[in-house]
Amino acid sequence: MPARDEILGALRAAAPAEVRLPDLGALEAIRYPDLRKRFAESVAEVGGRCILARGSLQEELAKLPEYTAAKKVVSLVPGVARANVDLEAVADPHQLRDVDFCVLGADLGVAENGAVWITEHGGKNRAVAFLTQHLAIVVRGETLVHNLHEAYAKAAIPSPGFALFLSGPSKTADIEQSLVIGAHGARSCVVVVVG
Amino acid sequence: MTEHAENAAAFVANGERLQWHDKAVWFMRNKRDVARAAVPEWEALRALASQIKAHTISRLAGYLEQFEKNALAAGAQVHWARDAEEHNQIVHGLLEKHEVTRLVKSKSMLTEECHLNPYLEARGIEVVDTDLGERIVQFRKEPPSHIVMPAIHLKKEEIGVLFHEKLGTPEGLADPKALTEAARQHLREKFLAAQAGLTGVNFAIASTGGIVVCTNEGNADLGTSLSPLHIACMGVEKLVPGPQELAVFLRLLARSATGQPITTYTSHFHGPRPGTELHIVIVDHGRSKMLAREEYRSSLKCIRCGACMNTCPVYRHSGGHSYGVTVPGPIGSVLAPHIDPKKHASLPFASSLCGSCTDVCPVKIDLHHQLLAWRGELAAKGLVPLGKRVVSRVGGWVLARTWAYRFFGKLTRLFAPLLPSALLGPWGRQRDLPKMPRESFRAQWRKRAGPR
Repeated sequence: MPARDEILGALRAAAPAEVRLPDLGALEAIRYPDLRKRFAESVAEVGGRCILARGSLQEELAKLPEYTAAKKVVSLVPGVARANVDLEAVADPHQLRDVDFCVLGADLGVAENGAVWITEHGGKNRAVAFLTQHLAIVVRGETLVHNLHEAYAKAAIPSPGFALFLSGPSKTADIEQSLVIGAHGARSCVVVVVG
Repeated sequence: MTEHAENAAAFVANGERLQWHDKAVWFMRNKRDVARAAVPEWEALRALASQIKAHTISRLAGYLEQFEKNALAAGAQVHWARDAEEHNQIVHGLLEKHEVTRLVKSKSMLTEECHLNPYLEARGIEVVDTDLGERIVQFRKEPPSHIVMPAIHLKKEEIGVLFHEKLGTPEGLADPKALTEAARQHLREKFLAAQAGLTGVNFAIASTGGIVVCTNEGNADLGTSLSPLHIACMGVEKLVPGPQELAVFLRLLARSATGQPITTYTSHFHGPRPGTELHIVIVDHGRSKMLAREEYRSSLKCIRCGACMNTCPVYRHSGGHSYGVTVPGPIGSVLAPHIDPKKHASLPFASSLCGSCTDVCPVKIDLHHQLLAWRGELAAKGLVPLGKRVVSRVGGWVLARTWAYRFFGKLTRLFAPLLPSALLGPWGRQRDLPKMPRESFRAQWRKRAGPR
């Protein structure tokens, strides 16, 4: 018998009487009086920086030394003056190994954990989001939600495709629980809330 | 001594280090408590998570079929493995077909359980664990001592010596930031050179056919976004019905593990990257047998957060390696005897049955009850050392008879202070007996309460 049928057969034979799926609608999940404020605090708590933009995106980016010093800049968001790589034209993601700064847009942001939901990342070249030294995420203020339940209710999960919740910069605490920012991915993560 | 106690002997011998380890692990438990306090609906979430898992495992075959259908529709390829050997063969077959000689891996406890690394290395494939903690223990040729923090048993100075030898960092360098930077540079080269990436699976979504992988470092994402082949290995129990249920587990997982509100990267893979292949290997390896056993079934709910290890006084004072299995701590001690009851017979005894594991478990597995159930079962199978069996038998007999309890209580009060502590076995070595009271509790109570 093929492994698949044998495993499914064994699981069927071993299964208890069906247990009911609980009603998630009854859960009263956390909500915050000031969404933007809580979101900004959460981003800071996970090691990122949140900017509630007053000016244009370019004006906010121009204040960041990581951006102004960057040589190779990728942006999937319009209006980033220093962007100088056409991601569509990159044939092999390995060519993105020396990207200094990357700007991505997010569909929504989650106040409880500072995560943003990213579905636009360059597809076959999504490695840029993880290879880049520094990362800026642009999210619209009206897309912020209180908690992860609301996020999944609103988020479209691309299929086939790739999407991620990103919460702050890459980090590790694997050496004596010392938090170190910049493990493998971005060394810094700025979230710009616009609108 | 039992096997766990024997394995722990060297660890326990270094008192200063033991205290340090205890504090390091308890630090994580404290962070979990802080994170938990920020979520008022925490207990409701735990109850939901437990019920969702109970539901899912009660119709696991159906959910797996649904998952497979949707994963195939998204463009992934699905493989099934009855056991560790078959899993390793499938993974090796895929690598061979793609002529892969350099593989990068992100954390997967399942592949540790299946001993995949030595299997592939014996067949000429370079396997690089890319999680920092896992890379450290891989360099040292030892298994992880914790499922979330694989190198928690090591001091930064030891890692400094290791990196000096393996990565050429300056001698004496022990700054975590500088050591992490050295690993970053080293592993970047490995990511860029790899021909395939292997990941574990934290959750598999039945309704969408997607897999979700959680990391803080971003290693799963780097490992799967550069090369043309992504292999994802999962146990059959990783299923969740849909995205709404997934939200419940994601809110609990990182908070329980490290006190973070969510992991840095929570990646949702539906099918392969354009122009590449995604292979999902679904593994049983004893899980269907576990499902058949009512008293242990709920251990299939485990989401591998490690909270039970962090809170466990025995884990904190004996270290992960003393368990001799991939998953240590309370959950490991109830999982391991399913695979080999004889070999792992000592593990259910590596517990004080204090129940703290059960209290912190985000999916409400009744861990200390299962540990107790295993003790009974292993004793019935004759797998418990004679001394332990005799003491338990005599103890049971005495405690069941009031007169015997009174009589032996009196004997103990009189004679225990005269006995050499060596008679207490391993216990006596580091402990003094408490001072015996002159009168029994019953006698004291009668005096204090006065005549009724």
